[in-house]
Parts: sequence; C-alpha cells; structure tokens
Amino acid sequence: MTDYLLVMPITLLALFALGILVIDLWTPPEDKWINAVLAMCGVGFSAAAIWNPFRPTILAFLDERRLGGHPAMLNTMMVDRFAIYFWCLFLAATAVAILMSVSYLKTEHENHGEYYALMLLSVAGMMCMAAGFDIVLIFIGLELMAISTYVLVGFLRRDRRSNEAALKYLLLGAFSSGIFAYGLSLLYGLTGSTNLGVINQELTRHVLNSPYKPVAVVALLTTITGLLFKIAAIPFHQWAPDAYEGAPTSITGFMSVAVKAAGWAMLLRILVIGLMPMRAIWVPLLVFVSIATMTGANFAALTQTNTKRLLAYSSIAHVGYMLLGLIAGTATQLSPDGIKGILIYLLVYTFMNLGAFAVITSLRHRNVVGDELDDLNGLYSRAPVEAVLMLVFMLSLAGIPPLAGFWGKYFIFLSLIESGHYVLASLGVLYSVFGLYYYLKIANAMFMGQVEKGEERLPVSLTMRAAIAVTGIATLYIGLLPNSFIQLVNWALGIAQNPNVARLTQ
Amino acid sequence: MQAHILSIILFTPLVGAIFLLFVPKENKNAIRWIANIFALAGLVVSIPLVPMFWEQRFEPGFKFIEGAPSNWIPSIGAGYVLGIDGISFLLIMLTTLLGWISILSSWTAIENRVKEYYVWFLVLQTGMLGVFMALDFFLFFVFWEAMLVPMYLLIGIWGGPRKLYAAIKFFLYTLAGSVLMLLGILFLYFHHQHVTGIYTFSLQALYDTAPRIYSDYGPHVATLLFLSFFFAFAIKVPMFPFHTWLPDAHVEAPTAGSVILAGVLLKMGTYGFIRFSLPFFPNVLSNPATFLGMTVRGWMIFLSIVGIIYGALVSLMQKDMKKLVAYSSVSHLGFCTLGIFALTPLGLSGSVLQQINHGISTGALFLIVGILYERRHTREIAEYGGISNVMPVYATITMIMFLSSMGLPLLNGFVGEFTILQGTFMENWKWGAWAVPGVVLAAAYLLWLYQRVFFGTVTNPKNEKLHDLTPREVATFVPLLIMAFWIGLYPKPFFQILEQPVNHTISVVRPDYPLPAVNAAAQTATTVAPPSNMRSNTTPATSEQSGPAKMKGTN
Repeated sequence: MTDYLLVMPITLLALFALGILVIDLWTPPEDKWINAVLAMCGVGFSAAAIWNPFRPTILAFLDERRLGGHPAMLNTMMVDRFAIYFWCLFLAATAVAILMSVSYLKTEHENHGEYYALMLLSVAGMMCMAAGFDIVLIFIGLELMAISTYVLVGFLRRDRRSNEAALKYLLLGAFSSGIFAYGLSLLYGLTGSTNLGVINQELTRHVLNSPYKPVAVVALLTTITGLLFKIAAIPFHQWAPDAYEGAPTSITGFMSVAVKAAGWAMLLRILVIGLMPMRAIWVPLLVFVSIATMTGANFAALTQTNTKRLLAYSSIAHVGYMLLGLIAGTATQLSPDGIKGILIYLLVYTFMNLGAFAVITSLRHRNVVGDELDDLNGLYSRAPVEAVLMLVFMLSLAGIPPLAGFWGKYFIFLSLIESGHYVLASLGVLYSVFGLYYYLKIANAMFMGQVEKGEERLPVSLTMRAAIAVTGIATLYIGLLPNSFIQLVNWALGIAQNPNVARLTQ
Repeated sequence: MQAHILSIILFTPLVGAIFLLFVPKENKNAIRWIANIFALAGLVVSIPLVPMFWEQRFEPGFKFIEGAPSNWIPSIGAGYVLGIDGISFLLIMLTTLLGWISILSSWTAIENRVKEYYVWFLVLQTGMLGVFMALDFFLFFVFWEAMLVPMYLLIGIWGGPRKLYAAIKFFLYTLAGSVLMLLGILFLYFHHQHVTGIYTFSLQALYDTAPRIYSDYGPHVATLLFLSFFFAFAIKVPMFPFHTWLPDAHVEAPTAGSVILAGVLLKMGTYGFIRFSLPFFPNVLSNPATFLGMTVRGWMIFLSIVGIIYGALVSLMQKDMKKLVAYSSVSHLGFCTLGIFALTPLGLSGSVLQQINHGISTGALFLIVGILYERRHTREIAEYGGISNVMPVYATITMIMFLSSMGLPLLNGFVGEFTILQGTFMENWKWGAWAVPGVVLAAAYLLWLYQRVFFGTVTNPKNEKLHDLTPREVATFVPLLIMAFWIGLYPKPFFQILEQPVNHTISVVRPDYPLPAVNAAAQTATTVAPPSNMRSNTTPATSEQSGPAKMKGTN
C-alpha cells in the first residue's frame, strides 16, 4: 500500500477545500448552497477513501491479534485502527456540522465558500493529529486545525462578540501552541528524535537512570500544559467559554466535538505512546487537573444564563470525567477500559453535543439570537420534536441510562473501580449528579417555561431537521444497543473482542 | 404466552405511549380514552399471571424467566433477563392496578397538555414494572434510573406552585443515591469476575459470589458496599433522614403522580433492600461490630423507628391534607423497613404485605385528597368542615380508607402492621415496643383529620354546593376497597405467595435461623434446622401461619 493511498482521505479533503474556494468565485449569492453540497461530497469522498484501502483492515473486524498499523510518509504517520476510528469520528461530526450550517449561514447573511473550505481544512489538520506519529507532523496538524478554527470563530464579521471571541481564542491558542512547541523541542533535545516511538524508548532509558530528571520533567510539564490547553481542562480553560459563546453556533458545535476529539487524539498519542515512561509523574498531575476541572466547570455552569456558555462549561466538565479514564490503571500500566471509556465517550459526546448545538442553532432566526436560556422557554409548544430530542441530549449529557452519554461515563467509572480508585469514582459520579442540575435547567425552560410573546411554531429548515434527527437517532441507538459500538472501540484499540461473559446456559 | 408474559406486561404501557404519539393533541377525549384503554389493558394482561403464578407459588427460585444472561450487551455481560418471585409478583400486580387507577383518576384533573401527560405516565408505568421484573443488575439499574425522567416531568409540568423545585429535588436526590449504587454494582461485577472468571451482571450469578466479599475483602469494604446500596434504597423509601424530598414531591405532584409515587415508587426502595441488600450482604447485617454504639442492623432498626415516630408526629401538625398524607408515608414505610431488618420470616412477609397495603391505602388517601382539591382547589384543612353532610358517599369511602391506613382489624393495614410487629417482637421486644406508638399516632392524626374535615356543620359557604362522587370516581375506589377488605379478612393467599421467597431470603441471611412452618418444596437448602419448638409453641397459630402448614400437607 502506497503512502499516497494512505493519506488519500486527507488529500481529498484539502483538494475539496481548495475547489470550494475556486468554485465559490463563480457562484451567485443565491446558489451558495452548492458550497455545502461540495463540502458534503468532500466528506463523502474522504470517507470512501478510508473505506477502500482499509477494507481488509476493517473487515478483519473480529481479528484482534493484528493491530494493522501502517507507517506512512517516512514514518511520520501511523495509519492504524486508532487513527481510522478518529478519522471516521471527525468526518461524522463534520457532516452533521455542515447540515447545521446551511440554513444558519443564510440567516446570518454570511454565506461564503470560505466557511466550508476552512472547515474541511481544519478536518485535514485533525486527521494529521490523530494519525501523527511524529511530533512535527502533529504540531503542523494542530496549527492547521487551530488557525482554520480561529477564522471560523470570527466568521460573523458584523458581530462584535464573534470578533472578540476570535481574537481571544487566537491569542490564547497561539500562546498555548508556543508552550506546547517549547515542550516538544525539549523532548527533541532530550531524545534526539521527533518520532514518538523513539521518544518513548529514549525516555524509558532516561527514566530508568533518574526518574525525575529536571529537563524531562520540564518537557513533560510544558507539553502537558499545551495538551490540556487544547482540550480545555481547568486551569487552562479560560478561552473555551468565550470562544464558544462568541463563535457562530454551528461552529461552536463543531469545535466542541471535532476539535475537542482531535485534541484528545493528540493527547492520547503523545501521553500514551511518547510520554508513557513518565506515567508516574503525569498521573498525579492529571488527578489534580481532573478534580479541578470537574469542580470548577460544574460550579461555573450552575450560574450561566447563556446556553452556549453553559454548554461550554459542561463540555469542560466532560473533559474532567474523560481525564479520569487516563488515571485509571496502575503506576506504570494504563487500564484498557479507561482508554476505551475515553474513545466511547468521544463517540457519544460527538452526537449528543452536536445535537444539542443543532437545536440551539435552530433557534436563531430572523431577529432572535436564540442563545440565552430564556430563548428556550416553551420550546415544547413551538417545536415539540426538537424539544423532546433536546431533552434526550440533555439527559444523555447528564449520563442517564439508557442514553448514549451513560456509556461514556460507565466505562470511565468501570475502569476506576477496576483499578481501585474508589474515591475518584465516587467524586466523579457525584459531580455527574451535580451536572444534572444545569441540564435540567434547560429541560425546565423547554417544558415548563412559558412562551413569552405568543410565538408561532419555530421554523426549522430541512437540513437542520436532518442534523437533529441523525444525532438524536444516534444518541438513542447507541444508548439502547451499544454492543456493536463497544466492539468498534475494542477493535480500534486492539482489545480482545470476546470477554468471558456468562453464556446462554448458566 | 406463558413464556413471554412478563415482557407483555412490561411493554403494554409503552406500546400505548407510542400509539398515543400518533394521535393529534387537539383530540383530548380520544387521547383520554386511548390512554385509559391501554392502562386497563396493562392491568388485564397482568391478570392471567395470577393463576399461573398461584400454581407455582411454592416452587423455589424465580419463575417465568425470560431472556438469558449477556443477550443484550454481550461485550459487557449484560442481559435482558426478566423473572419474578412472590415478592415481585405482588408488587407488579400492585403497579398494574394502581397504574390503571391513577390514569382513570386523571380524566378531569388534567386539562392542559393532555397527550404528553398520558404518554409520560405510560412510560413511567413501564419503567416501574421493569424495576420489579429485572433479574439482571444492569437492566435493573437502567429501569431504576430511566423511570426518574417521566416522574420528573410529571411533577415538573403538571405539579403545584413549587413544582420546579420539587421536581429537581426529587430527581437529584434519587439520582445521587443511585449513582453510588452503580459503583457498588460495578464492584460486585468485578468481584464476580475475580472469583469465577466470568463477567456478568446476572443477579442469580451475583447471589452466589456477593456474600463472599465479606470474607474476601473484610468487613469494612463489605460495609461500604452495603452503604452504597443503602443510600440508593434509603433515599427511595425514604428512610429518615433521607426523606426530605418526599413531602415536596408528594405535595407538588398531580394527584395521580402522588398515587404512583406513594403507591409504587417508594416500594422500589424496600424492594431493593429485600432483593439486593439482604442476600448480598448477610454478614454485614450480622456483624457485631458497632459504629457509634450500634451495629449496622441496629442503625437500620433505629432509623426505621425514628421514621415511624417522626413521620407520625409531623403528620399530626400538618395544616395541608396532602402533606399530612405524605408524612404518614414516612411513618408507614418505617414499619416496612423495620419488618425487613427484623430479619424474621414474619417481619419480612409482613413488610411486603404492608407495602402492598400502603400502596392501596395511601394511594386511596391521595385520591381522596385529590378529589376534594379538584372541587375546591385548596387542601387547607381549615377550609373544610362538615363535608360528610354534602358528600356522604365520599365520606364513607374516606372513613374506610382512613381506618385501613391506621390499621383497624378486619382491614388490610392491621394485618400488615400486626405481622411486622409480631415478627419484630420475636426478635427483640424493645424494637417492637418503640414502634407501637406509631400505630397509636396514626389513629390520632387520621381521626383528627377526619373530624376536622368531615364532621360538624358546613361552616364554609363554598363547601355547600360540592357534588358527591361521580361514577368514574367511585370506580377508582372500588378495586382498592375490595383489596383492602380482602387482605383484611383473608390474607392467607398473600402469605402463601410470600412464603417461599421470604423463607428463602431469611435462610440466606440467617442460615441458622429456625424457619417456622416450612413448606418442603419451598426450601432448597437442606441445612435448615427443624423449627425450634419454643418459637412454634409460643406463637399463636394465626391464619398466616396455619395456612402454609395446611398447604404443606396438600403438596
């Protein structure tokens, strides 16, 4: 298999992005939907490019033994099942985000081709992050994603909040990228290589000699700071609420799932492969960060009156739960269930959070901004289906079974119990109860709040309905019948597929 | 039919809910008819279970088992397994009956958003039935949590003035307890895997390994695990001091919601104690180690007794009728938990019977309050007086139900409370002695309430024109009255149904306990000692004891 085939999904996305930019020049303003169709095609072709060369790998679904990784592009990439899993996740999130954007951009009068081009480019960046096996490529992917997202956040030129958010995000993002790059450069200096595999070997040697070598610790601290910045964990979360609030709502949804998943893919690659020898040092750090994240985000979310900001804090809180999955395990060994929990969490989070943002996006029409909690008042009487699905998304975010969100939490807490972290597990579940309160605030507004000005039915466009339907069905389906998705994640991680469970005959 | 009867009972309400979704919401009367038909269908499909169950009532183990372990989510070992024993059988019948009654009682009470109301109610019905049927711990947990959502919406949308507060409080309180239970479940899951190498949530498998936690991990871990389950169940029951959500939820909920809340939801807590806490942690309960001067079991008894007295005293002081009934639930459920932790067959079967009784009596009390509220839109006791003059039928039914709730002989409450007290006295007479004032106080607050509301002349002119019960309203009470008299006059069949599961549970919790009047078929364990002569001699042969003894001969 040649390198070109392996990176075909990324290349196709970039090509489509450029194509959209060109075709956009000839498209009259009333036909801008063509851009969305093209972007959708780009996503579709990219997915086909994943499916085609990897069909043998994917079809070897039950073959757990072979991890099936293909080094590509001079060993800078590792196209393994982990990467494919994340690629598919990014593409699914992007497809839904495109559906969300079509009517939204029309309402905002900002229907430009660059929007979709930037979106596809950022996905190309994410794919490099997920598949990267070399810190330089990972960093380039990160920057490609981040710079595209900065522009997207500020896409509403006439909206001051959007501009402010973009600037804040740009400054803090650039700052964190700087710290991250500094950490990576130290790692390179320490190990003499940019390849994660080599870094791992060299660090193992260093750690054996002296476990707390100062340079190594500084490198770890700076790298981890950069990583935590990107996934918005407390105390590096300040950019998230502002950027989420100011960005166009469809982009907020996209950022909260795809960009976050990419950050997680990068974090897992670097921590689990590159910095694994220093696990004993980063676990206590993560314990602190995850408790701080759960505490801070859940408390901050309580008082929010802006739905986007509330969901921003909720997404920070979810990072706190996910970090617990990395903590599970022993001092030197990760718990496979913990990583599995993170991957499932990201999967279900993609659908439920995008769904929630899709509903909020649909509230934006004519002169209503629609991102305050009060705008949700009486949504049930204006748009019953959307309201019920929003309730599903909220309960799923809160982790109520049998909805998808429960499964993410389930595997995280399972891994904690398995490895004996009882206190952390209790803390985590209690915070998730705490979280229910602010999700119920949204439910209360929708079902029990009164419509203020005798409003008519909410106009929801066809594409938006499709986005809400897809995410809603996915949330319910994964919740009720999670088995194939659990198997999918097992496959992505190369974990044994058939655990010893009680069989039909007792 | 027999193979799938539990699934049919479980999903009939849900089918009704889905069917209702396709009825246009303007068509209120059609919605009411359809909802009532499905609610009645839910009751009707559960009736064939009665003769089927009756035939196998002494057979050991769970009956009508459906599904198999790990058939739902094979990769984690969770299955869709349903099955019942005598305890869950009675609770299921109570649920289908009360579900129908409460939907019938909502006909005029609910005027706005009718369709949603019935949809959520039917969904709630399925959730509650699932809790009592699940034989897979995971399935149980899913039903246990999923059922909170419709209840939250019922309180929050159709409730009283403080509905939002009450709804959120209810949801958060119960969820906080149950997430800790999830951690406990996961611990049992891994423990089972350590012992047998198999990942499973199957209840029958966990019954074998869970008691070993005490010896494998020591008393502290076992006690903590017991507590993780205890919080979930104690909040649900609710035991003192976890009861504070209950008055709010009961008072704010619509009438039918209160009926279901008191009649069925609270029983999930006691059911959880019997089904999980007792057989999983027998050693924790028999552990003599004390905490703050009392053993774990001592604490359970203590909290039950405090609940009995406290609930009754607070009821005495209420100005709002619904609040009075709500606090009386705390007191009555105190009797139920007292009976459970007395750990005697009599106490346990009395406790289950009392749960059924409480569902019947308190359900009826909430209906009674609801009927008055619908006519006058106030529940203040001071607003009423002399109601028996204008609503004689209503007054009569109320009297019967009050007497049943306070435990007058010939009615159901007496049988339950008496059996519980008898079972408790056999264990420790002091516990029984502390609980007895609860019975007296119950008579006091109920009779005093009756006197203030029904006796005398009509002082408030607004009450002069109240019309008596409509045929529909009478229809909601008839089944409850029949059940109240049946259990009061002839409780033998109920004790027979309970005999096998209760004896089995006691034999697991206290292997050395001499079980009185054991039916041969009901006992699988061969190690049970013959009944100690002292106990069987001193206990008078009440109907519930002579019944099984007679049956022993016929079987």
